Amino acid sequence: MGAVDSQTRQLKFVIVGHVDHGKSTLIGRLLYDTDSLPPSKMEEIRTASAQLGHDVEFSYVMDNLEEERSQRVTIDTAQIQFRTPQSEYVIIDAPGHRQFIRNMVTGASEAEAAVFIVDAAGGVREQTRRHAYVLAMLGIEQVIVVINKMDLVGWSQERFQQVSGELTSFLGQLGITPLLVIPASAKLGDNVAKPSTNMPWCTGAILIDSLAQLRRRRRPQQLPLRLPIQDRYELDGKKILLGRIDTGTIRTGEEVLFLPSGVKAEVASIEVFLQDRTGAEAGESIGLTLRGDEPIGRGEVACPTDAPAAVSGRFRASVFWLSNDAFRMGEQLKLRCATQQVPCTIERIERLTDSSTLELIAQDARQMAATQVGHVVIRTERPIAVEPFAQTPELGRFVLTRGHDAAAGGIITETKG
Amino acid sequence: MPLSKLDELESRSIFIVREAYQQFRKIALLWSIGKDSTALLWICRKAFFGPLPFNVVHIDTGYKFPQMYEFRDEYAVKWDLDLIVGKNTEALEAGMGPEASASKLDCCTALKTEALKQTIGREGFDALLLGIRRDEHGIRAKERVVSPRDRQFKWDYQNQPAELWDHYKNSYAEGTHARVHPMLHWTELDIWTYTRRERIPVSPLYFARDGKRYRSIGCHTCCQPVDSTASNVDEIIEELATTTEAERAGRAQDKESIYTMQKLRAMGYM
Ligand SMILES: Nc1nc2c(ncn2[C@@H]2O[C@H](COP(=O)(O)OP(=O)(O)O)[C@@H](O)[C@H]2O)c(=O)[nH]1
Repeated sequence: MGAVDSQTRQLKFVIVGHVDHGKSTLIGRLLYDTDSLPPSKMEEIRTASAQLGHDVEFSYVMDNLEEERSQRVTIDTAQIQFRTPQSEYVIIDAPGHRQFIRNMVTGASEAEAAVFIVDAAGGVREQTRRHAYVLAMLGIEQVIVVINKMDLVGWSQERFQQVSGELTSFLGQLGITPLLVIPASAKLGDNVAKPSTNMPWCTGAILIDSLAQLRRRRRPQQLPLRLPIQDRYELDGKKILLGRIDTGTIRTGEEVLFLPSGVKAEVASIEVFLQDRTGAEAGESIGLTLRGDEPIGRGEVACPTDAPAAVSGRFRASVFWLSNDAFRMGEQLKLRCATQQVPCTIERIERLTDSSTLELIAQDARQMAATQVGHVVIRTERPIAVEPFAQTPELGRFVLTRGHDAAAGGIITETKG
Repeated sequence: MPLSKLDELESRSIFIVREAYQQFRKIALLWSIGKDSTALLWICRKAFFGPLPFNVVHIDTGYKFPQMYEFRDEYAVKWDLDLIVGKNTEALEAGMGPEASASKLDCCTALKTEALKQTIGREGFDALLLGIRRDEHGIRAKERVVSPRDRQFKWDYQNQPAELWDHYKNSYAEGTHARVHPMLHWTELDIWTYTRRERIPVSPLYFARDGKRYRSIGCHTCCQPVDSTASNVDEIIEELATTTEAERAGRAQDKESIYTMQKLRAMGYM
């Protein structure tokens, strides 16, 4: 019963790369060659390909929207599960087109690892570099590189080394060292799920085997408790705080500190439906009652009294602007960090950089446009609980919203401005 | 002890359900009586320690299997649900049905989408919880956890909002509503292993009789059973580990045109 063992956990990886470099084809090939597709899905893909008058397109496995198929471009991110005898994976397909960067970031924000694809003929391109930047910013350190379309360059080892060298050095600038660089042809299937016979010079692992090297992100039990409160819920006169534990553990009888308010209270009970609990750990969604009637609600973060998060109303961050409407200095935004939400302004854009070339666009910039990255000082209307992203991702990352929509994502680099 | 996969799936779903309840004015759970939305209902009960603080809506086309109505009525009482049944009586009285209409699309639109629109309009819900999963259909793989729908119910799938980490869209223009998908990251197999672990009741239609069972249940007019000998949850789990047939293979509306599902969803189908 190994395959259905509910204890096996899934590893989520995102496939990124410049538009047309073969992301969707690679996923289709991976699923096809491992018999992961139902016959009816293959039939549907054949029919759809025939209707549009071309050869069987593996990219249709993920590109399901009619517009995606007729325009032959991935518009939105999609996810699909896939299993090897050893492990279960969730593949996140991320669109490579600049226009759809918002969808790419959405897809990548859920991933624990990435497969980075580069066209051997086309080489490193604008979105290749931008996607590398996004991975670095999101803290995705495990990266496997696939140099695709080797068939188009006559399976040349020299070309492989050239492209691989160029990408590896760019990734190096961002602090990413790929686990592996694999020459492949997604279209023909070489080195995806089957070893290639066209590249005798290549002796390394093929893609499917290399996935086994990816590690799941650890659930940080050993870190201090961080429990953002989602809601204060009343049931039969009992006031229950609802939330999911991001890091650490919690026990009844323990005194916890709520931030940003600074209120201390003893945990009277841990509430899990139909269970008797005296403790809970990172990853669990629980309820909590307190001794005394402290006015704690959404937006507070429970911490240990001796290892609190920082409380700050002014901090440094890197912000990736996503909205097509540029940010203008002086604008009011809303900041969402864990379950906290607070009006904020960007006080300074100390440096504005291009997320693809990494070049400095301006110092002390007044505007920030889509795909630009600002190294900024943010001031919130009132202090909130924060931490550097590198220390506690859940309290170190945030979304900036404008009007009804998310306009940017960011990570906190320093909790004091 | 690290959480098991099912624990993690459940915890994330509870988190999403609680976010929805907190962030919207008036939410409801759309219960199709199928296994997925029943698992979601179960998770909602766990999220709020038993009694649900919101309505449960069943959109009744009038063509559901009798066993589904029985199941609904039994558990509505057992779980003390605030059940609302939404029905497009006007269309039904005018004779709408899968035989009467030119295409399945028209029938689904009138009896499901329209009925849902009427119910939302009447009750003033601003968000609906739905049990859809990414692995059900290629189009569903593109869904966000929280997805806005405009006044006309349109799903603007070419222009979906960014959804970073666990920050779901929580602000909407007047007149729009949101679809919330707490089970999006589950698979069919996950649902069944969870159903087994939690001993969640499911309709007997899922279990094989005379060599056939339903993998997906909806209107009796448009669902075909698949060949199967799986007569209990354990056997269904065994079967799914080896089958290569798609889950919705028995669903008529998926077959008409490859993009019917996309069109239905764009118009607000659940
Ligand atoms: N010759 C060749 N063409 C490929 C290969 N992989 C993908 N393609 C083609 O490149 C085009 C773009 O591929 P697609 O997967 O849609 O790229 P995406 O935009 O990165 O998802 C399609 O026409 C594919 O058939 C390959 O290994 N060799």
